[in-house]
Amino acid sequence: MVHGEAWTLKEFFTYPNEYIYWTIQIVMYPFMTGLVAGAFVLSSLYHVFGVKQLKGIARFSLVFSFALLPVAMLPLMLHLQQPLRGIEVMLTPHFTSAIAAFGIVFTTYGMIVASELWFVYRKHFVETALALKAKERRGAGEQFACLLFSALTMGAYDVSHEALEADERAVKKLAAAGIPVACFLHGYAGFIFGSVKANALWMTPLMPVIFICSAVVSGIALCILTYIVTMEIRKALAARRPELPSKEELKSAESQVVVMTSRYLLMFMVAAITLELLDLVFRGYTAVKSWDILRSVIYERDFVNIFVVQYGLGNLVPLVLFLVPGLTIRRAILGTALVLLGVFMMRWNVVIGGQAFSSSFSGFMHYTLPIWPDSMETFKEGLGGALLVAVVPFCLFWILNKVMPVFKETH
Amino acid sequence: MIDRRTFCKNTLLIAGGLALPLSALELFDPKRLLAEKDQKGARWVFLVDTRKCVGCGFCVKGCKVENEVPYDANVTRTWVERYLVTSDSKTHIDSPKGARDGFPRKEVEIGHGKLEEVRDEDLEKAFFVPKLCNQCDNPPCVQVCPVGATYQTEDGVVLVDRSWCIGCGYCIMGCPYGVRFFHPVYHVADKCNFCYHRISKGMQTACVDSCAFGARRIGNLRDPEDPVTKVIMTERVNVLKEEYGTKPQVFYLGLSKEVK
Ligand code: SF4
Ligand code: SF4
Repeated sequence: MVHGEAWTLKEFFTYPNEYIYWTIQIVMYPFMTGLVAGAFVLSSLYHVFGVKQLKGIARFSLVFSFALLPVAMLPLMLHLQQPLRGIEVMLTPHFTSAIAAFGIVFTTYGMIVASELWFVYRKHFVETALALKAKERRGAGEQFACLLFSALTMGAYDVSHEALEADERAVKKLAAAGIPVACFLHGYAGFIFGSVKANALWMTPLMPVIFICSAVVSGIALCILTYIVTMEIRKALAARRPELPSKEELKSAESQVVVMTSRYLLMFMVAAITLELLDLVFRGYTAVKSWDILRSVIYERDFVNIFVVQYGLGNLVPLVLFLVPGLTIRRAILGTALVLLGVFMMRWNVVIGGQAFSSSFSGFMHYTLPIWPDSMETFKEGLGGALLVAVVPFCLFWILNKVMPVFKETH
Repeated sequence: MIDRRTFCKNTLLIAGGLALPLSALELFDPKRLLAEKDQKGARWVFLVDTRKCVGCGFCVKGCKVENEVPYDANVTRTWVERYLVTSDSKTHIDSPKGARDGFPRKEVEIGHGKLEEVRDEDLEKAFFVPKLCNQCDNPPCVQVCPVGATYQTEDGVVLVDRSWCIGCGYCIMGCPYGVRFFHPVYHVADKCNFCYHRISKGMQTACVDSCAFGARRIGNLRDPEDPVTKVIMTERVNVLKEEYGTKPQVFYLGLSKEVK
């Protein structure tokens, strides 16, 4: 069986070699990079623009953004037909290709986030390392922790007031530098699609901007959602662990952060929806040659995916949920989950919807997501592969949290 | 504060600078000069005469065997489309298995294994159109390949380096003609390469050799004596999907407006 045949259904006339070649992994790719960029922008709102109300979630989203970072690569690797050669993108970048920049932008961005995290947590590293070193007898675990934290300090043990202030200035600078890079990282993911002139649905200069806006939306939504979940866990733990703040304190901190952050979420959501609708209206208004087939995809074949799930459930309902005054935690959970669904569906409708029609403009293709894998290929490009990609960042976040506790006061 | 005078002056300066004709900045390109003077190297082009094609599919068979594209796989480097235009000006198109076995059935395939009957008395016109990689002069597939595994040779043929392709599929997405696919054995991007191993030895491509009706021909555009070049220069030829700016180099004789 040839690649793509297992999940492609064809209707009317399509060219013989046409299949859905870009599957769920390519949906996951812009979705995950979007989350990375969005989480970072959220943390920068506090670090750069000094939005004090976001302090509670800033550090959280920075660590989370770092946990998401390696996962942005995973779907690409899972999707390549020759995954072992993936490194060649870095070795022989071919600069006329939009994908070729990925390695460079990605590494730059990774280094910015890593160094920002280092400055944020340096004091914690030093204190932990010193405390562990002071211990007389250390178990194997502690020995390892001691080595790890000593290494993480990179020899900079100075935690005087001036040194810490210098740290803070560095954080600010890095966060500022990170914003354009984060936007670029995601904007060019949009460019990868927007520049494919052979595809009538993707081919629009608006694509990068649409991607950036919805990226920020999804990043903020995920941060709120995970923040709530971790706070709930802490609340449950608070009863048993006296060193944690009391349940009431946690509760008020939680709702304050959630209310503040959701205001920013709303702002970016409005921008994202406006751009998407503008794109849709513009296509209908100019109605070039491809509009006939696009219209039948948008308004007939993908109607439920686009208008019911993406715009209705994913945009309209959460907008109402957040706009009604007196936001409760439960409402926020529902709202952010729906926003995430909406952004995911937007990626789906772009990637899969863009391949739903043949370049002959006279046939259609349908992607049936492989659910039960019967080969490596159907696992990678099916539900299993997508779930794998979705779960990894949470595991990474859990591990990172051991080294860089997001809730501990550092400065 | 900038005063109005300086502002006006600067604006004029910038506008003037931008107005400088861009051509004045073009650098001297010795390669271009060479190409204009020395027309010796080949530029391979293809000529398809749709009036001669009968849809037998021998070319598709020949190509599959010659280029080791698995015979039963549902991908092919070249294929033939059948067009049936009915009196209600509807166009019915199909290409069962790329027309590897020709068109064994009269009914038109419309996917999901379904067939559609077109009655003889409704037929306005019917014809066959062979398709293959256009070896574009401005190939988007080369432009988008992140590792340079798809490249264009001096004589205009676009090739894929099987040992370097990472299998991302970007080129497949970038080609407006849908000619590319993943090779089921090598798991890398594949497509027609004008039988480069043959033409560079002075032979014909496999499909040209297999066509008993003379519907397919290959030629060298830089050779004014080449019969294919003469046809392209003197007759009314057409290319597919010109609007994409890919500058395709497969020319068609007798192309009908229904062809997609
Ligand atoms: S027809 Fe497609 S594969 Fe062939 S050169 Fe043009 S863009 Fe590339
Ligand atoms: S599939 Fe291969 S040839 Fe095509 S763009 Fe990707 S690396 Fe290049």
